Amino acid sequence: MPALDELAAAYTEAKADAAFQAELDSLSRDYSGRPTPLYLAEGLSRHCGGAQVFLKREDLAHTGAHKINNALGQGLLARRMGKRRIIAETGAGQHGVAAAAVCAVLGLECIIYMGEEDIRRQSLNVFRMKLMGAEVRAVSGGSRTLKDAINEAIRDWVTNPGDSYYLLGSVVGPHPYPTMVRDFQSVIGRETREQILTKCHRLPDYIIACVGGGSNAMGIFYPFLSDKDVRLIGVEAGGRGLESGEHAASLVAGRVGVLHGAKSYVLQDSQGQIKETYSISAGLDYPGVGPEHSYLKDTGRASYVAASDKEALDGFQLLCRTEGIIPALEPAHAISYAAKIAGSLNKEQIIVVNLSGRGDKDMDTVVAALEVKP
Amino acid sequence: MSRIASIFNRPGHIALIPYITVGYPTIEATLKVVPLLASSGCDIVELGIPFSDPLADGATIQKASFQALQNGVTPKLCLEIARQLTETVDIPLVFMTYFNPVFHYGLEEFGDACASSGVSGLIIPDLPPEEGSELEAITRKQNLDLIYLLAPTSTEERIRLVAQKSRGFIYLVSVTGVTGVRKSLPSDLEAFVARVRKVATQPLCVGFGISTPEQARRVAQIADGVIVGSRLIQLMEMENGFISLARFVRGLRNSIDKLLESERAHLG
Repeated sequence: MPALDELAAAYTEAKADAAFQAELDSLSRDYSGRPTPLYLAEGLSRHCGGAQVFLKREDLAHTGAHKINNALGQGLLARRMGKRRIIAETGAGQHGVAAAAVCAVLGLECIIYMGEEDIRRQSLNVFRMKLMGAEVRAVSGGSRTLKDAINEAIRDWVTNPGDSYYLLGSVVGPHPYPTMVRDFQSVIGRETREQILTKCHRLPDYIIACVGGGSNAMGIFYPFLSDKDVRLIGVEAGGRGLESGEHAASLVAGRVGVLHGAKSYVLQDSQGQIKETYSISAGLDYPGVGPEHSYLKDTGRASYVAASDKEALDGFQLLCRTEGIIPALEPAHAISYAAKIAGSLNKEQIIVVNLSGRGDKDMDTVVAALEVKP
Repeated sequence: MSRIASIFNRPGHIALIPYITVGYPTIEATLKVVPLLASSGCDIVELGIPFSDPLADGATIQKASFQALQNGVTPKLCLEIARQLTETVDIPLVFMTYFNPVFHYGLEEFGDACASSGVSGLIIPDLPPEEGSELEAITRKQNLDLIYLLAPTSTEERIRLVAQKSRGFIYLVSVTGVTGVRKSLPSDLEAFVARVRKVATQPLCVGFGISTPEQARRVAQIADGVIVGSRLIQLMEMENGFISLARFVRGLRNSIDKLLESERAHLG
């Protein structure tokens, strides 16, 4: 708790400091490659035969996903706080890779906790982290995925609060993380707003993003919250189908609970034990979700749906074929839902999908999944 | 005075408080081991209701919690086991668990159920005092002691808040970290206990990392209670675990009591 208070105070101070913001902006531009393009996916739009679908190309950001936005912000904050040892957790490995990159560029020590199951299915990302000097620690407890990696990272942090900084990768966990991570990711939505106004002179009708912990969705939703005509849709991992129980759709199928220091929708059993989740995409495989998404669900400002593994794989292939873009399996869930509704809309309508990451890391998984298809 | 508070009312007596995970290694083991602990010189027993994500626990209790859940242990079953135990065991029992299972059970319902099972208190490490007012009101009504924790990193402000709110005793976490056997206790433990003692009137019990009679004796010199967990879980895993466990616990008791004798001799 004192560590959280220290972090919250340091963040408030940094947020108000023009020099901190200037350094973040400069690195975002020259190191991460921001702004990322907003791309009119004509091939995909034509295929769907309805709305114009735009893609916010976070897959083109350095390290291949939106995760770098938050990692850079928090990395600079850690350095400012004088913390030299960075702890991070990772699911798909995208946050781990981003954290490892930021630690390398800022000269910080980096320890990454990753579930054994995720290490297996994301081995390429493990290698990338190691190349950039991070130590990857395998987590063998529980379901051996993201939730357990977070548990282990928190245990490390409470053991070493003095010299260590916990670089949490999503809008989950205790305050100030959900707010801070949202702020660092909001650059996605701010750019999108400006870009769509430049291109189309109006705001989109729909913004669609995948939701695991929910950082890419929160980042693109947030600057549009007061634009009531912009419909915000989060797509969760439906896994093998909601009725199968093997999924990670906390908002769609969970109940309110307390996990990792936040009250939010949580997938739990009849006794309040946190459930093991399942998704083809490691990055969505988390039984909780950011508390602000729970708030947006309850107030009705955003709506949340689930896309199954199969739908995500269909979305994945669709984008490959119609656009020559290989998405990560996480945003493939959002692509699939966008394709589903685009056909029923007219050509004047605009959908923006947050293409939160690229799919190179998922090749093994996709090859295996497509081979077993009848 | 609550049942827990009365334990600390005996002048010169230092409480010995073991922790075990309910249902580990088996449910039968829990039913046998608690009476054994009571007859081996323990003053309060902490019963851990297993949780899938025990953030404050190290590898030993994580494993025990996981196994207990595999054995089908639920909060309801823990309440039933506590009810059976309180019929035969004369010392207070407290539950230690995490917030989500309690929240899911329903705070009011859980408070009621604890009271009717004869449980005397609750320790919930992931419930900070800032968020505890609802459960405080419920436990107060049911004469349950809601016991809060402090860590060496706790600020003066936090210490004051816990000193206002904790009932029964205050649980001092000896180290910055999680539960588990450690070779040595931190050198600034005395200073930490003294810092809390200046503000709090409640008994202070120290836990996390205590696994030897020597460590227990050091804690007994400065605190009102000694909490031992992971080492007991390890002993229960051994062959003839109960015999080793009883011998170990009696060893702790003696170590703590000898200290008192030597102090008395010194004063005399």
